[in-house]
Amino acid sequence: MKSIEEGRETRRNLLLLLPALLLLALLFAYPLLGIVNRSVYKAGYTLDFYRQIFRVPVYLQVLGATFKVSALVTIVCLALGYPLAYMLATRRPRTAQLLMIIVVLPFFTSIIVRTYAWMVLLGRNGIVNQYLIALGLTDKPLALLYNQAGVVIGMSYVLLPYMVLTVYSVMRGIDPGLVRAAHSLGASRFQAFRRVFLPLSLPGIAGGTLLVFILSLGFFITPALMGGPGDMMIAMLIEREVEITLNWSFASALAVVLLALTLAGFAGYNRIVRLERIFEGRS
Amino acid sequence: MGEEGQRTGPGGVAVIALAVAVLVFLIAPVVIIVIVSFSGADYLTFPPPYLSLRWYQRFLGTRSWRQAIGVSTQVALLTMVFATTLGLLAALALVRGRFRGKGVIYAVLLSPMIVPTIITAIGLYFFFVRLKATGSILAMALGHTVLALPVVVIIMAAALQGFDMRLEQAALSLGASRLTALRRITLPLILPGLLSAALFAFLTSFDELLIPLFLSGVEIQTLTVRIWNSLILEVDPTIAAVSSFLIGVTAVVLGASALLRGRGDATTT
Repeated sequence: MKSIEEGRETRRNLLLLLPALLLLALLFAYPLLGIVNRSVYKAGYTLDFYRQIFRVPVYLQVLGATFKVSALVTIVCLALGYPLAYMLATRRPRTAQLLMIIVVLPFFTSIIVRTYAWMVLLGRNGIVNQYLIALGLTDKPLALLYNQAGVVIGMSYVLLPYMVLTVYSVMRGIDPGLVRAAHSLGASRFQAFRRVFLPLSLPGIAGGTLLVFILSLGFFITPALMGGPGDMMIAMLIEREVEITLNWSFASALAVVLLALTLAGFAGYNRIVRLERIFEGRS
Repeated sequence: MGEEGQRTGPGGVAVIALAVAVLVFLIAPVVIIVIVSFSGADYLTFPPPYLSLRWYQRFLGTRSWRQAIGVSTQVALLTMVFATTLGLLAALALVRGRFRGKGVIYAVLLSPMIVPTIITAIGLYFFFVRLKATGSILAMALGHTVLALPVVVIIMAAALQGFDMRLEQAALSLGASRLTALRRITLPLILPGLLSAALFAFLTSFDELLIPLFLSGVEIQTLTVRIWNSLILEVDPTIAAVSSFLIGVTAVVLGASALLRGRGDATTT
């Protein structure tokens, strides 16, 4: 009797899952497999497109630039995000929730809107340069847009909330009693932070760093709009190969490389922080 | 840690100053764009020398921008319906069912969040080109459903976990059919979560650029694609008005979902 009821229950659950899984199979898994197939097959199986990526200097340069920009963005996000997360985690929950609005509003604003905002701020006649000149800090406008500095500023801005939310979700789980115990045993504020709080927040640092780095690797909109001719990143190269060069096989090989890097990174991230935690934290 | 905040030493002051500076860094661009969108000047200076609605007039007075609002709205509404329906059903099975491979299925449902959107977008582009179906609202909405589905699943799974199953069991034991119990008891109680999920599905589509960038046609462009096409040529002040409009939509969605969450907490706990 029981197993019949259980069998029915399982069938019902599978039926509920079926529409979503079918959609993903047809419009997500199948297209991804199509990309993988396209990357190795063109009138016969070949690895030429992968060889091209790692042999042609221009493409190696793109890979190098992608890693360099991603590393810089990750460092900036950690440097700015950790103190903010620390401040939020050590406030009363209600205060933290209120301040969290400031993190969440940009987080949910369209990336192209956020990128545009920085284009207005950093342009040659942009608002930042207007102020720098008015304050006498510089005679002629600084080049802040259409170069690597612009890309790093713009991407750090877009990705900073991911860092803050990841680090914050770990810090919230740290027992404040441990820091108090360190104080009562004679530790100074700084010692208690360095020897107790900081080590306990390491999973947040690792998770946030990994998340921002992986998301940076696949970034398109911000570098495409804020970068100069020499700041091509891998996602921009993919777009160009699809839309302009029409070399879909090469674009597919690039996509597979990017996908492999991303999946490897997320496997690590998921060991540290569960992905949905960020979403629950802020919605 | 609440009490710690009161005993702030010099180091503490520095950390708070830095954190406040970062908060300013996060919010300033959003605020500045909204303010300069009301500028009357030809160039975007801050603060604007005098205020006007000229960029909004340019935005809403141009046919291509108005069409773009229409396309974005249609795509987002379709996405909302598809993603909310599929996500609700999947979340019901995931939260209540006990079956093997649940963790794997959950990971599969969240996987579109992990794959870089550029890859999903070109995969869908190759797929729809072969079907000769690019440039259609339905294709864009289906693509966005893939991206919005994980969002709905996460929000609905959280909402269903807070739901007291005994209420539904009581209805069943009093003779209600499964469907009646779902319709009369469960759905009204999880409605706040469901509406919030729907709003976020809408926003996911409304804000997204890459899928429509590949799938839109010459005539059918979403707002984000229209912004993109304009920005690769020049930094047009009209975009400040369009951006403020999109920021407004985001603020409304966040505000509404916060209100819904407050109400949801009141009814389920």
